[in-house]
Amino acid sequence: MIRHNPWMHAGAGGPADLDAALANLATPVTLVFFTQTFGCDTCLPARQIVDQVAARSELISVEEFNLVLDRDQAEAYAIPRVPAIAVAGKADTGIRFFGLPEGHELVSLVQAVLLVGSGDSGLSEESQALIAAVEQPIDIQVFVTPT
Amino acid sequence: MALASPHITASVIAAVDYPDLVQHYQVTGVPKTVVNDRVEILGAVPEADFVSQVLESIA
Repeated sequence: MIRHNPWMHAGAGGPADLDAALANLATPVTLVFFTQTFGCDTCLPARQIVDQVAARSELISVEEFNLVLDRDQAEAYAIPRVPAIAVAGKADTGIRFFGLPEGHELVSLVQAVLLVGSGDSGLSEESQALIAAVEQPIDIQVFVTPT
Repeated sequence: MALASPHITASVIAAVDYPDLVQHYQVTGVPKTVVNDRVEILGAVPEADFVSQVLESIA
């Protein structure tokens, strides 16, 4: 028996809605998971949550890399810390999750998978036009808590 | 926004797991958004406001 199942505490929308949404995924999504062997208490539970998300659709696959051993991949995805998840479609999207993805962060992760799977950012035409004009790097960091 | 531009990356960070970042960026409430280490957005804001504030980081 799983004593602590974050999936059951996902909140907004609830597990059933998340399941239904993931089951309707249209195109393949890869969760690129970065871990390390020592000094990361949250890496194993994070990987378990990633696997739970991936189990919801045959179109979701998981790749795992080690922050210390797979330096080329960590550099390619610009991963400075673990646990980390990069959400990729046909190519990398620049969407990252750091830390244990539970609660709101799990909901956000599922929403990111759905967005990448749909290929549609969901933004207004006005926003898309503004963003299309961007030619310099923009790094957005959003701090969240599980509840 | 990251999905809409190859120049934009977006990271969701579990504050509880990274006290060093919380201290560095002086996160006292969530959600808190930091753009290019320059612009801070507190709380949830409407899309249009969020986009314009993010773009301020490169203005």
